[in-house]
Amino acid sequence: MTPHQVRWRAFKAAVPYTLPILAGFAFLGLTYGIYMHQSGFNFIYPMLMSLTIFAGSAEFIVANLLLQAFNPVGVFFITLIINSRHLFYGLSMLDRYRHTGWKKPYLIFGMCDESFSINYTATIPDGVDRGWFMFFVTALNQSYWVGGATLGGLFGSAIPTHIKGLDFVMTALFIVLCINQLRHESNHLSSKAGAILAIIMLLIVGQTYFIPATMILVILVFTIVYRRKELTDDHH
Amino acid sequence: MTIIEQIITVSMAVLATVLTRFLPFLIFPGNRQTPRFIQQLGTFLPGAIMAMLVVYCYKDLNFGTPSGYVPAIIAGLVTAGLHLWKNNMFLSIAVGTVLYMALVN
Repeated sequence: MTPHQVRWRAFKAAVPYTLPILAGFAFLGLTYGIYMHQSGFNFIYPMLMSLTIFAGSAEFIVANLLLQAFNPVGVFFITLIINSRHLFYGLSMLDRYRHTGWKKPYLIFGMCDESFSINYTATIPDGVDRGWFMFFVTALNQSYWVGGATLGGLFGSAIPTHIKGLDFVMTALFIVLCINQLRHESNHLSSKAGAILAIIMLLIVGQTYFIPATMILVILVFTIVYRRKELTDDHH
Repeated sequence: MTIIEQIITVSMAVLATVLTRFLPFLIFPGNRQTPRFIQQLGTFLPGAIMAMLVVYCYKDLNFGTPSGYVPAIIAGLVTAGLHLWKNNMFLSIAVGTVLYMALVN
């Protein structure tokens, strides 16, 4: 295969996986752009922020903070907390992003929830280049988000957003990817722990902090299981 | 805020986000053997992450009124049921989303 054929084949394999995200990101990106527009910002703002921050919920919060008193340290820490879940995506991708050459920094930079979930759970067909497949998934997803945010920022409320309920496409996507993950794993301890602890933490610590709190507890569960396994391994 | 202050504000958000994404790769670079504990943690986590992301999608449910949670839960159950049955990603997502839109409109 020529390099061109390799890229084209990976692109064709990647596109279908990103279609649900096209629907979700175009819609949410538009919403974000319109929100920025209505907050009085030029379209350059949502365009550059979606391109450089590229983390949905953080962008909404930064948009809000831009309207308040200058507090760079506060912005840094709130973004760190909201995005702390990426640390765990990285730990899971250490192996998969290996040997992807120059694409690796971009794959890591563009590792949003959706690109991580797809690149982790997708069964990449034989003969399709892994690196290029993950590159196109990541780049297509980002282009949908930046495109939506820019259009929303440009045209603002002139765009009809009566497509009420379209954002459910993201929920449906994660339900499907969660089931795919359940099918692949040999035991469901991790999934069960994640679901139960997330619900409990959401109720106890609330929306802002429940994700990092859940992740810490999940690591604790893993550590206990790992230790116990090592102990029994030592006995043999 | 001045334009410079705005640029700094956005840059801080970029810096924090990039940090959360790159840190694991900087601590455990590809040219060195990753500790066994971290390797196994990396294969353990995704199950919990996927489940957590589903909970995250449902975090705004409002149990005060039926319309605040019934459509999302029904559409979610249909999406899951259909996916367990037919195992067709696009079918499950499309039917679930269209059903949700029909329910809320």
